[in-house]
Amino acid sequence: MSETETPRVKISCRNVWKIFGHDPQNTLNLIQNGMTKEEILEQTGHIIAVRDISFDVNEGEIFVIMGLSGSGKSTIIRCLNRLIDPTSGQIFIDNVDLATMNETEIRMTRRHQISMVFQQFALFPHRSVIDNVAYGLEVQGIPKAERRERAWEVLNMVGLKGWENYHTYELSGGMQQRVGLARALAVDPEILLMDEAFSALDPLIRRQMQDEFLNLLTQVHKTIIFITHDLSEALKMGERVAIMKDGLIVQLGSPEEIVIGPADDYVTEFVRDVPRSKVVPVRNIMKDPAVTLYSWQGPKVAVHEMRQNDVQYAFILDPGRRLRGVITRDEAKQAIKDGITRLSKLVKGNALQIGPNQPIEEVIPLAATSDNPVAVIDEDERLIGEILRTELLLGMTREDNSNDTKQ
Amino acid sequence: MTQNSNPPNKLVQKLQRHRKARWLFWAGTSGLILLLGWLFSSYYPESFYPPLAADPPWNLAFWVSEGVDWLIVNFAVIFDAIKLVTRWVLNSIEDSLLMLHEWSLLAIIVLWAWRLAGRRVAIFSGAAMYFIGMLGLWELCMSTLALIATAVLISIALGIPVGILAARSDRINNTIRPVLDVMQTMPAFVYLIPAVMFFGLGNVPGVMATVIFAAPPAVRLTNLGIRQVPKDLVEAGHTFGSTDFQLLFKVQLPLALPSIMAGINQTIMLSLSMVVLAAMIAAGGLGREVYMALGQVDIGRGFVAGTTIVLVAMVLDRITQSLGQRGKRGTSAL
Repeated sequence: MSETETPRVKISCRNVWKIFGHDPQNTLNLIQNGMTKEEILEQTGHIIAVRDISFDVNEGEIFVIMGLSGSGKSTIIRCLNRLIDPTSGQIFIDNVDLATMNETEIRMTRRHQISMVFQQFALFPHRSVIDNVAYGLEVQGIPKAERRERAWEVLNMVGLKGWENYHTYELSGGMQQRVGLARALAVDPEILLMDEAFSALDPLIRRQMQDEFLNLLTQVHKTIIFITHDLSEALKMGERVAIMKDGLIVQLGSPEEIVIGPADDYVTEFVRDVPRSKVVPVRNIMKDPAVTLYSWQGPKVAVHEMRQNDVQYAFILDPGRRLRGVITRDEAKQAIKDGITRLSKLVKGNALQIGPNQPIEEVIPLAATSDNPVAVIDEDERLIGEILRTELLLGMTREDNSNDTKQ
Repeated sequence: MTQNSNPPNKLVQKLQRHRKARWLFWAGTSGLILLLGWLFSSYYPESFYPPLAADPPWNLAFWVSEGVDWLIVNFAVIFDAIKLVTRWVLNSIEDSLLMLHEWSLLAIIVLWAWRLAGRRVAIFSGAAMYFIGMLGLWELCMSTLALIATAVLISIALGIPVGILAARSDRINNTIRPVLDVMQTMPAFVYLIPAVMFFGLGNVPGVMATVIFAAPPAVRLTNLGIRQVPKDLVEAGHTFGSTDFQLLFKVQLPLALPSIMAGINQTIMLSLSMVVLAAMIAAGGLGREVYMALGQVDIGRGFVAGTTIVLVAMVLDRITQSLGQRGKRGTSAL
C-alpha cells in the first residue's frame, strides 16, 4: 500500500554474529583467523548461533525466517528487540542502531515499537485474559480503565469477545495464542515478531490462525518477522523467506524463487515435498500462444494458420490484443461451409483464462473442463501466453534432475 | 586431527586457560582449608597426620572467642538496638494475642483456617486450639506463638529480599549458599551461647537463634521460586518493556509465590522446632514448660507440653501449606 516506488526499509541487519560462551569476542577473532564452527566448539566450548547475518525488511512486509531447531532463527529474532545482544554487527530499526540505545531507550522501543508473540504463548497464568492483553499498556503506566478499554477492543479483533475474565489456562491452545497475539497488538507496535507463533497448535487450528492472521494484517499495518520451522507455513505467510541453517542464511527470496530455484542441496531437500502447484505461478509454465488471430480476419486464414502450426485451436484477439475467444480448427472449417467471413461473428467469449501470477493449482479445474487450452491474460485482458496440458502436468511434477539421480 | 592448518593460536590457549581457572579456584580453596587444618592440627594431638608443632600459636577456638568478645565490646550499641526493636515487636504481638478473649481468638483462628484452607482444617484447628485451652496451656501457647511470629517476621523480612538478590545474581547465590548451609547445620547450642552474650538472657536471643535456624528456607525457596519462573514468561515481561522492578512485582514474585509460601511454611515449622532449645536460654512459652519438665523428670508434664507444640505446628502447617497450594493453581495448570 506504500505510495513510494521503493518501499522503506524498516529493519536492517548488518553482519550480525552471535556467539554463546564466556568470551565471545575472542572467539570471533578465532573465526576470522579461519577456525571452523566445529573446531571452535571442540577447543573453546563456544557455540556460534548466528553467523554474519544480513537482511533488510521493508515496512509492511511479512518476512519469514525458516530453519530447523538450532539454526539460529530464535537467536536472530531475539536480537531484533535485544532480548539477546549480538556479539558483533549492527541492527537498525528505522535507521537507529539498537546497539547504541541505553536501557531506557531500548525499553521505550520495546514498549512502543516492537512486540512479540511466543511459541508456547508465554501468557501470565496469574492474570486474567484481559490483564494479560493489557500487560504492555500496564507497564507503560496507562490507567486501568483506559488500558482495559483498549485491551477489550483488541480482544474483539482477535475474536475473543466474552473471554476477558477467564484465566488463560482455561482456554484452548488456539485461543491462548489469540490472547498472545492480542497482547502483542494491544500496544499498537510497528513491528511484530512472531516466534514460531503457530507451531504449537494443531494443524487444523494452525491453518485457521494463519488465515485469520493474514486477514488481520489487512486491517492493521504492521511489519512482520515470522519465524517458523515449517516450510509450507513459510511459503504461505512470507512475502520473502530466508532459510537458515547452522546460523547462516542459505537462501533468501520469494516463496516462488525458493521453490523453483533452491540454492543448495539443503534447501532442495526441504522443497522436495512442497506441492509446486501451490507456489509456482502460471507464468512459469506458460508458452507463447501458437496461433493468434484477429477478429477481423476470416475462417480461411484461421484454418490455414492452424494447419501451418499443426494445432487444433487459435485465440482470437481484438485490435488491442485483448482476448475475445478461442476457435478450433473444426469450428473454422464449419464456418467456411456456413459462409462466415469474419471471425468476430464466431466469438462466443468462450476462452478459459487466468492471470499470470495465480498458482498453477488454479488452472487445474479450468483445464479439466475443456479440451481447449487456457489463456493467460494480464490485467488489461491482453493475451500474454497459453498453458498447454502437457506443460501443466510437467509443472506440477517437475523436480530437479540432480535430485532424481541422487535418490 | 592429524594436523592443524593454523599456527598454534594464543587465543585458543587463553580460552582454555579460562576454563582451567575455575578448577584452579576450587583446588585453591580446598588447599587453603587443608593448610589451615594442618596449622591448627596440634590442637588434636592424636590426629593421624603430622602436627606442625607441639603447641602452635594458632588456635581456631581461641580466635573465635576473641572475635566474639571484640564484637560485643565494639558493637554494643547495634546489638542493643536490635534487642530493643525485637523485644518491642515480640511484646506487641504477645500482648495483642493475650488481650483478645480466648473464645474470640479461637474464632479468629477457625475463621482464618476456614477461609484459607477449607472446612476440614478449620474443624481440626478449632479442636486443637480448644484442646490446648483445656490443658491450661493457652497463655504459654500464646507466648510461643508470639515468639514464632516474631522470628518468622524477621526471617521473612530478611529472607525474601536476600532470596530475590540471590535469584538475580549467581555470584550472590554462590556466596550466600555456604552461609545458609552453616546457619542450618551448625548445632544450635553453638550459637545459643554467643546469642546470650550479644542479647542477654530471655526471649530476644531465643528469637535470634530461631531466625538463624529458620530463615534459610525462606531465602532458598524464594531464590528457587524466582529462578523457576518459566524463561519465556520472563522474556515476555522484557519484551513489553518492563523495568526490572515491574518484572519482579508483576511477573516473577506472583509466579514464585507458591514456592515462597512453601519456604515460609518451612520457616514456621523450623521455628517451632527451635522453641524448646531456645528455652535453654530462658525464652518463654511452651518450650520452657518442656525444659522445666525435663529438669524435674516430670514425664507427663513434658509430654503434655510437647503434644501442644505438635498441635500448634500441625495447625500452622496445614493453614500455611494451603496458602502455597492456592497460589500454585495458576502455574500447575499451565
